[in-house]
Amino acid sequence: MAFPSIRSDGYPMTAPVRGGGVRLDPPGPGPVGLGRFGEFGGRFVPETIVAALEQLEREFRDAWHSDAFRAEFSSLLQHYAGRPTPITECRNLSERLGIRVLLKREDLTHTGSHKINNVLGQALLTKRMGKQKVIAETGAGQHGVATATAAALFGLECKVFMGATDVERQALNVWRMRLLGAEVVPVTSGSATLKDAINDAMRDWVASVEDTHYCIGSVVGPHPYPWIVREFQRVVGDEAREQARAVLGDDPDFVVACVGGGSNAMGTFAGFVETRSRLIGVEAAGFGLESGKHGASVSRGVPGVLHGARSLYLQDEDGQILEAHSISAGLDYPGVGPEHAALAGAGRAEYASATDAEALDGFRLLSVTEGIVPALEPAHAIGWLAREAGGTIPEGSTVVLTLSGRGDKDAQQVSELLDLGDGA
Amino acid sequence: MTIEARFRAARAAGRSLLVPYLTGGLGEWRATIEEVAAAGADAIEIGIPFSDPIMDGPVIQESSQRALRSGATPQGIVAELAGVDVDVPIVVMTYYNPVHHMGHRRFADSLAAAGVGGSIVPDLPVDESDPWIEAAEAAGIENILLAAPTTTEARLATICARSRGWIYGIALLGVTGERSTVAEAGLEMGRRLKAATDKPVLLGLGISDGAQAATVAAVADGVIVGSAVVRRQLEGCSPSEIGAFVATLRDGLDTA
Ligand SMILES: Cc1ncc(COP(=O)(O)O)c(C=O)c1O
Repeated sequence: MAFPSIRSDGYPMTAPVRGGGVRLDPPGPGPVGLGRFGEFGGRFVPETIVAALEQLEREFRDAWHSDAFRAEFSSLLQHYAGRPTPITECRNLSERLGIRVLLKREDLTHTGSHKINNVLGQALLTKRMGKQKVIAETGAGQHGVATATAAALFGLECKVFMGATDVERQALNVWRMRLLGAEVVPVTSGSATLKDAINDAMRDWVASVEDTHYCIGSVVGPHPYPWIVREFQRVVGDEAREQARAVLGDDPDFVVACVGGGSNAMGTFAGFVETRSRLIGVEAAGFGLESGKHGASVSRGVPGVLHGARSLYLQDEDGQILEAHSISAGLDYPGVGPEHAALAGAGRAEYASATDAEALDGFRLLSVTEGIVPALEPAHAIGWLAREAGGTIPEGSTVVLTLSGRGDKDAQQVSELLDLGDGA
Repeated sequence: MTIEARFRAARAAGRSLLVPYLTGGLGEWRATIEEVAAAGADAIEIGIPFSDPIMDGPVIQESSQRALRSGATPQGIVAELAGVDVDVPIVVMTYYNPVHHMGHRRFADSLAAAGVGGSIVPDLPVDESDPWIEAAEAAGIENILLAAPTTTEARLATICARSRGWIYGIALLGVTGERSTVAEAGLEMGRRLKAATDKPVLLGLGISDGAQAATVAAVADGVIVGSAVVRRQLEGCSPSEIGAFVATLRDGLDTA
């Protein structure tokens, strides 16, 4: 069977694209009605972009049930992104903590985080819709880099909105995006972080919607985005479930992932929601939940509507959205995807948090015990694990933790915070 | 009398409708309302500042931030509107979250208690608006829906049927902010809406001066002018200076 060329200009892909590709589980359940997960979700957007969201919903629904689309997606995941990613049993860390820890290694994907999974899917949708341009928001820069990467591959024009604060703390990723041919637009409004980058991306889209696809980077935003992004990320959880069963002979007792907007966690949870595993999302506690400077939207947020969806948001008594705080740009967001809000409400997933300091501990711990330098975002999950092993997580428990990305992008920032001492 | 009835009557009398927008809670905004009414506005739209105004360009973003920094709150602004005495309807423009946060009933009742006649919620499209419309109508608030150049014919019909007061046609592809010319997409929006409904059709977004207002009035029943007014608020223009600017818009419409 001949695979279609994946470049819009007909130029052949660098790697041979043959049959096979990674195994994809069947599509998961969609939201109900106008994008509802329980009482959350929906499509609260300016009228101008409604038609584009309706088109995107139609295209995704068709594509996700089309063998040709799924074959192309799974082939890209294998030959371009490097899937399936391994699951790594962490013997040293497990011994140290008295629990059995398996890491799902999204840090080993092309571009270094789980963000590439979603972006490749959305790039295929962009092509399918006949659009030539993509815009994206980015916090840590990982989604921006992934989008710029897919844009280079598919010959799309790419513009990435990034908070000015994040442009500074993730300078390496800004350079990578520019190298890949993307335009990076620093956003100075509001708190100049991820929330404001999404605002400006939406403002741009209201003007550019006719020829541009908004490639959103997490399970947030108006319907159908939370659904689409979860489906493109569920390969993480579906792979991890089968791999964990092979290693453990059982489902793990705990499934743990960090939560910014919630895409790596939602992709992971999707693979385990039908199992007995306890699902734990780890949010950013920043300076501590009591400090008011954190990103713990499930733990401390209240229902509201932002960026097109009803979900849980940090807000004041008048419904003004508060600024989040986290050491990691990727978790520095005052909201969470609507499906997480629904899972929390139903009690199917639990949401914990780790502070900036605990994330730094986790960053160092995984590096010295396993030789794996995590991104600061999943370092929160590691930090929480280290804190709760023997407590919330009883001794001897089995844990699958999604290592959503690698720490290269954070080396500069962390080097200024962690004193390793002379010659250490 | 409802806003819609007033606007129909004015239209029947050959008048082009003018709705200036001011950011609430900013400087001498209440005195400005009086000047703007005296300068020939047919209704006045008061923007309730929100932390994340995704339909707004730099001018209204800046005015919202400034108002919030100076302590403005949705309920503070609504309460102060109760003390404003003008003989044209007041309509509030608010993003949905403050409404959702306070609760539909309470928000609608507070508007009614302050004598506000209508609401515009730019991030609440028609298919998500039932709960708010129900609460608004129960309190006698006319909820004005927006239509966009990208809106399909089927949705346009629903929007026209569900909108009260008038239909707000978005006159360009983009967010609020002054533009040097009127977009062809805006004129086409006006023609489509006029063909779809006999309710009053007003176009807004980007309209910056009397000449542009006149151009737009050729295809619609009137105009909404936001950023051009708010920029003057931000520049520290006095209420009477802003009133004088609105008078030039009125002239533009009347001499068209
Ligand atoms: C490595 C990594 N993990 C996690 C996140 C948080 O996003 P999400 O919660 O959508 O997975 C980011 C976001 O930038 C990231 O780069």
